[in-house]
Amino acid sequence: MFEYCTDPQELEGLTWLSCYLTTGVHFLFYWAFGKVLLLLAIAAPSALAFGFLGAMAARSLIAPLRWFGKAYISVVRGVPDVAFFLFFVIALDQFFEWTRHQVKCPDWDQPIRQGNDFLVCPAAKLPLNTAPEWQHETYGFLLAVLTFAIVFGAFAANVIFGAMKAVPRAQMETAEAYGMTRRQSFWRVMVPQMWVYALPGLSNTWMVLIKATPLLFLLGIEDIVYWARELGERRTARFSDYPHEDWRMWYFLALLIFYLGFTLLSETVLRRLQLRLSRGQATAAGEAQRKTAK
Amino acid sequence: MSCYETIADYAFRSLGFGERLLPRSDFTLCQHFVLIGSGLIWNIYFGTVALLTGFILAITMALGKASTQPWLRWPAEGFILLFRGTPFFIQCFFAYFVFLSLKGSYAFFDSFTAAWLGAVIVLFLNTAAYSGEIFYGALRSIPKGDIEAADAYGLHGWKRFRRITFPTMMRLGWPAYTNEAIFLFHTTTLVFFSGFPARQQAGDALYYASYFADKTFNPFVPYPILAFYFILLTLCIIGVYSLIGRRLNRHLPQETRAKFRFRPQLIR
Amino acid sequence: MLKSILSLGTAMALTAGAAFAESHAMTVRIGTEGAYEPYNFINDAGEIDGFEKELGDELCKRAELTCEWVKNDWDSIIPNLVSGNYDIIMAGMSITDERDEVIDFTQNYTPPSESSYVAASEDVDLEGGVIAAQTATIQAGHVAEGGATLLEFATPEETVAAVRNGEADAVFADKDYLVPVVEESSGELMFVGDDVPLGGGIGIGVRESDTELKEKLSAAIGTMKDDGTLNEMIVKWFGDQALTFE
Repeated sequence: MFEYCTDPQELEGLTWLSCYLTTGVHFLFYWAFGKVLLLLAIAAPSALAFGFLGAMAARSLIAPLRWFGKAYISVVRGVPDVAFFLFFVIALDQFFEWTRHQVKCPDWDQPIRQGNDFLVCPAAKLPLNTAPEWQHETYGFLLAVLTFAIVFGAFAANVIFGAMKAVPRAQMETAEAYGMTRRQSFWRVMVPQMWVYALPGLSNTWMVLIKATPLLFLLGIEDIVYWARELGERRTARFSDYPHEDWRMWYFLALLIFYLGFTLLSETVLRRLQLRLSRGQATAAGEAQRKTAK
Repeated sequence: MSCYETIADYAFRSLGFGERLLPRSDFTLCQHFVLIGSGLIWNIYFGTVALLTGFILAITMALGKASTQPWLRWPAEGFILLFRGTPFFIQCFFAYFVFLSLKGSYAFFDSFTAAWLGAVIVLFLNTAAYSGEIFYGALRSIPKGDIEAADAYGLHGWKRFRRITFPTMMRLGWPAYTNEAIFLFHTTTLVFFSGFPARQQAGDALYYASYFADKTFNPFVPYPILAFYFILLTLCIIGVYSLIGRRLNRHLPQETRAKFRFRPQLIR
Repeated sequence: MLKSILSLGTAMALTAGAAFAESHAMTVRIGTEGAYEPYNFINDAGEIDGFEKELGDELCKRAELTCEWVKNDWDSIIPNLVSGNYDIIMAGMSITDERDEVIDFTQNYTPPSESSYVAASEDVDLEGGVIAAQTATIQAGHVAEGGATLLEFATPEETVAAVRNGEADAVFADKDYLVPVVEESSGELMFVGDDVPLGGGIGIGVRESDTELKEKLSAAIGTMKDDGTLNEMIVKWFGDQALTFE
């Protein structure tokens, strides 16, 4: 990185540290923080969408759809997220490739499962074997996002399902009295109002989501935990210009601080959002705001 | 080998009893079920001990956070923030390193690097922080009238706490606390997964599930079995907690009793 | 949402596929762990480096393949191979019967290796003491069968750390991995007990259905054995005392 870094053995103290912290591996480590934030930025709205669909399914009038919605919510929530992460990515990947295989290679005569091997036609590979590495990584990343969205979508569905029920009955009855159909009253009355009831639960889901990100490495993503472990390991002079003792403790301390800061930031933002959403709502918080405004 | 023999050999393998060697080849479904179930003993042990001990600290933390005295409030707030704000996965890693270095200087810490003690301590602190926050929320939402009524009857200090504040706090916080218990049991799967090493191949349910996944190279059998066990466990927790919850609410008229299903308000 | 993610991935794969399909005859993706010095590791620049990296690149040149390196966690390295996420494994993986049932191996590119014990003092009890090993390795299996107490860690580095901090009496691992560890420890760590031959040497893991690729790579390894370049590479990475092919 810096010019004086050509011979790290000669350096000491802060100069050594400045070189050490700017090696190529460290930039991969810093980039991993970006990956975690990017994943959260994509996975959170996706999980919300899954949650919304799940909640709609769970209160559907069609029985099989309702059962499916309820089963999704309770099964996914009843199982530790690690258990999902350990086989979901491979399962999803095989599912997508199998689907593409059915579409793209209808006259493929060999079996897809040969013993232990899972073989689809080359054109159905996701991404294609010849694709450059960044596409493979992006695909892996999207699979991870999807897994997160499915798992945390169940949590969000549970919250939204409860929030829909919490909308005061009188509101829905009024909507009916105005002659709205079930669909109209759902979209025009229930959905706009439920968010204030859903927000505390959704905030908690967001906190759970943040704290599940250290498990990303299980999904094949080189995340901050992966690099903290890798970088913190004791290095010998034979394979590295920057030999050091076992520094994993310090790297994990850095991760702790990162998560603590991120949680604090999230809490502040969510508290403001809650205040904003309570404005004009028929709840105790909304009432309190109305009174102070007078 | 019949399934009955497998049960005899491996049912308590996770505690170090029974057959010493794990199955090496020709894995049967029965072996999957028995060994993963055997590992579940550890999850139940971790979860139960941490919940029981954590409960007391949680009450202390809730009262501390609600205190008007800054020297009581700040430590409680800091403790809750520290453990709620960071992932268990990293806490576990970190605790292991801390215990290791303590062990180097003081012989007292010798057993702390073993999962049965070290991991329980981390889980205990973890659940104390989460439950502390739940009970703090419950404490703040105790109806003003209840406290005023207690004052009117001349109840003060410890007596008022024991007879009025504490039971009401429990009653209000119970649904969220049920959720916390479920999450805690799920969290216990991470113990052997990070930080704490497994000794003599005696690990928890996830340890054996990944053992099978590793030997058969097929993740699609052991992990769903693990999921099945955890759904059962979750149902049991809900059962036990709703029994206690019903007892907490027994003085209320039938209709107003809260229903103890999986509650919408999750707290983690 | 599911649909849009799906189609996004599909669209990218399609456009890129068309562009690249013709320029490369055959791309082989090599899966490795990146945490097993000197076989494979991540260097200061953040790239995969090591004996297997150099060997793999040379083999690909000889077999006229375009190769791409992929990092994967050790635990899921075989499931991801059979699932088709990469085509071969070069990750210091010893040829064992267990693994041979699920995947195939080329001929070995290191001689059947020795596994050794390393401890902090001469007088440790290898029969009844606490021995650290990496989870899911042949060494872990070996210790579990014996009388010693097995302590399992996720990475090889952690197993050595366990001996340093007194958690374990000794570590049991590939000798080639332990040699630089002992050399760099300035007398703190030492080899104890007898070496144990385990496994049939290290080979390239290939899917059972990929016979053609297996033959190609085996042939390439054969030419490297014949002209002595493989032995040179072994000596370069593992030192003069390393086992070489006759």
